[in-house]
Amino acid sequence: MDIFVQQLINGLVLGSIYALIALGYTMVYGILELINFAHGEVTMFGAMICLAILNALLLHSGLPPLLILGIGLVGAIGFCMVLGYALERIAYRPLRHAPRLAPLITAIGMSIVLQNVAMLIWGKKFLSFPDIIPIQRFTIAGANITNLQIVIILLAILIMICLWLLIHRTRLGRAMRATAQSPELASLMGINPNTIISATFMIGGALGAVAGVMVNAYYGPAHYTMGFMLGLKAFTAAVLGGIGNITGAMFGGLLLGLIESFGAGYIGQLTGGFMGSNYQHVFAFFVLILILVFRPSGLFGERVGERA
Amino acid sequence: MKAVALGRGTQIFGLITVVLLALNGCQQKSASNVVRIGSVAPLTGAQSHYGKDNDNGARLAVDELNAKGVIIGGKKVTIELISEDDQADPRTATIVAQKLIDKQVKGVIGHLNSGTSIPASKIYHDAGIPQISPSATAIAYTAQGFNSTFRVMTNDRQQGKVLGEYAVKKLGNKAVAIIDDRTAYGQGLADEVAKAVEAAGGKIASRQYTTDSATDFTAILTAIKGANADVVFYGGMDPQGAPLVKQMRNLGLHANYLGADGIKTLEYLTLAGKDGDATIASMPGLPLEKMPGGKEFNAKFTAKYGPIQVYAPYAYDAVNVLIDAMVRAGSSDPAKYLPELHKTQFKGVTGDISFDDNGDVKAVAITLYKDVNGQWELLETLSGNAP
Repeated sequence: MDIFVQQLINGLVLGSIYALIALGYTMVYGILELINFAHGEVTMFGAMICLAILNALLLHSGLPPLLILGIGLVGAIGFCMVLGYALERIAYRPLRHAPRLAPLITAIGMSIVLQNVAMLIWGKKFLSFPDIIPIQRFTIAGANITNLQIVIILLAILIMICLWLLIHRTRLGRAMRATAQSPELASLMGINPNTIISATFMIGGALGAVAGVMVNAYYGPAHYTMGFMLGLKAFTAAVLGGIGNITGAMFGGLLLGLIESFGAGYIGQLTGGFMGSNYQHVFAFFVLILILVFRPSGLFGERVGERA
Repeated sequence: MKAVALGRGTQIFGLITVVLLALNGCQQKSASNVVRIGSVAPLTGAQSHYGKDNDNGARLAVDELNAKGVIIGGKKVTIELISEDDQADPRTATIVAQKLIDKQVKGVIGHLNSGTSIPASKIYHDAGIPQISPSATAIAYTAQGFNSTFRVMTNDRQQGKVLGEYAVKKLGNKAVAIIDDRTAYGQGLADEVAKAVEAAGGKIASRQYTTDSATDFTAILTAIKGANADVVFYGGMDPQGAPLVKQMRNLGLHANYLGADGIKTLEYLTLAGKDGDATIASMPGLPLEKMPGGKEFNAKFTAKYGPIQVYAPYAYDAVNVLIDAMVRAGSSDPAKYLPELHKTQFKGVTGDISFDDNGDVKAVAITLYKDVNGQWELLETLSGNAP
C-alpha cells in the first residue's frame, strides 16, 4: 500500500511538470496549428536563467534564500516570456502563411540554435541546483513526501487554475479562444491576431520557465540538452490529452506522469518478471497508441474538420 | 605580336605551375614524415567532460613525443593527432571512424564509451587499423575475434566481479538491487555484478532499468524500496548516477549506494552534494597517486588542462603504447606494427601494460573509493586478475 501511495506521489509530481510544459505546446497548436518544437528549449532556458540568478545572488547579496528563489523564478519567467515572444516574432511570424511544413522545420531549427546558444553560455557541464531550500521529509500513509514535492504539485495546480480562469473568464482568454476558432473572423471582430499569438507564446514561455525550474530543483542537474526529452514527453502528454485542448494537456500530463511511474513500478510484477522497468517508456507509448487508436483526437479532443 | 604575347603568358603560367608543383611536392615530402593518429571521444553532449579529458590525455602524450622527437625506421616523424567527436552515439561513431580511415590515420585512440567502441571497431578492423580504447570496459569489445582491438582499461568482467563480491562479503549486504542505463557499458557491468553477487551468496532483490538520458528515477527507486534492498548498485554515468542518489534519499531509501567508474568523477561529487555521502565507487586500475607515473602525470596534465576527470592517464598511455609499437616495428604501417603491438611490454604511467590474446590488458587492479564529505577517499585496491 505504501508503495502504491509512493508511486502515486511520484507520478503526480512528474505529471504536474509534464502538464505545465504540455500547456505551452497545446496553446500554440490550438491557435496556430504549429508544433513549437523549440518549447522544450524554452523550458531549459527557464532552468538555466533561474540557476544563473540564484548563483549570482547567493554569492553577492545577503538576501534571504526564499526571496532569492522568488527573484530567480520571476526572472526566469520574465526571460522566457521574452524568449517566447522573440521566437514567434523572428522564426514563426514571417512564415505564418507559408506551407505548414516550413514553420515546423523552423521550429526544429530554433530548437537546435537555442541548445547551442545555451551550450555556449553555460558550457557542457551539468549544473546542480543550489541547496537553497532545506528539504523536509514527511510521511503520509507510509510514503515519503518532501516539502519540495508538495510545493511542485500545489504550484502546478494553482497555475493551471489561474490559466483556466484566464482563458475562460477574461477578455484576453475570450480573444484567444476566438482566434483559435478562426483568426480571420476574430480579426473582423476587432481582435488583433498578432497580439493574441504573441500573448500565447509568452504565457507558454512563462509556464515552461516554471516547469524548468521545478525539474532542476527536484529531479537534478540542468544541462543544455535537458529540454529535448522533456519537450518530447510533454508533447506526448499534449497529444494524449488531445492537442489544442487546454484541459486535455493538463490531464494528459498528469496521466502520462502516473502511467510512467506505475508502469515502471508494477510492470515487473504484472508480467511476472518477463518485462522489467526497461519497458517503462514502451508502456507509456503503448497507452498513447491505444488511446490514439480508439480516440484519434486524444482524450479531450473533439473531432474537427480540416480547417480551410 | 599577338602570338608572342600569348606565348609569354603561357610561359608565365607554366612557370607558376612548375613552382606550385614543386611546392606541392615539398608538402607531400613533409607529409610522409607525419604519422596521423585518431582520437575519438564525445566532445559535445552530456559526456563531453569525459571526452575532453581523454582527448587532452592523448594530446599531452603526442605533444611530449613530438617535443622529444620520435624516430620510426630511421626517420624522424611528427605525430599528428586528429580529434573526432562521436557524441557518445554509436551511429556517429561509425561515421567518424570512416572519416578517420579516409584521413589515413595509422592508429586510433578511442572511443571513450563501450557502446561506440564496439561498432567502430569493425570499421577499423576491416581497414586494418589498430584501435586502443583508453576507457571502454564492455567485455564484448575485445571478444569479437578482431586482432586490431586493444584496451588499456580493466574490463567489466574483472570490475563487476570485484564489486559484486564487495557488496556481499565486505558490506554484508545480502539483498542487492541493480539498476543499469541499458548502454553496452552499464548493462554489461550490471550483469557481471549480478553474477558475482549470486556467486558470493547474495540475492538480487530487484533489477531495474533506466536510460542514459533519464532524469526521473523515483518510480524504479520506489519499486526497489518495496523490495527491501540494502544496497543499490548503479551501472551508468554520473549525469544519472548523481540525481539518482538524491532521489533515493528523498524517497527515504537509506540503502548503501554502489557504483563503478562511470560515477567515480569530480562531477559526481558536485552534482550529488550532501546526498552523495558514503557512496562507494570503483575505478579500474591503480589510484593516480599509486600509479608508477601518477604524480608526475597529474602535475603535467593539471598545469596544461586543469584537473583530471578520470581516464586521461589511460589515453596518455594508449598513445605511448601505440607509438612504442611503431618504433619497435620500425614502421608506421599498420600491417607491420600490429604484430609488435600484440607483443607490447610497456611501463606506462598507469602501470605495466601487456596484452592477452584478446587485446585485454593483463595486469589489472580495481580500486574502491568512498565519497566522504564531497571528496573521494581511497578505500582499498583489489586485484581483479582474470582467472
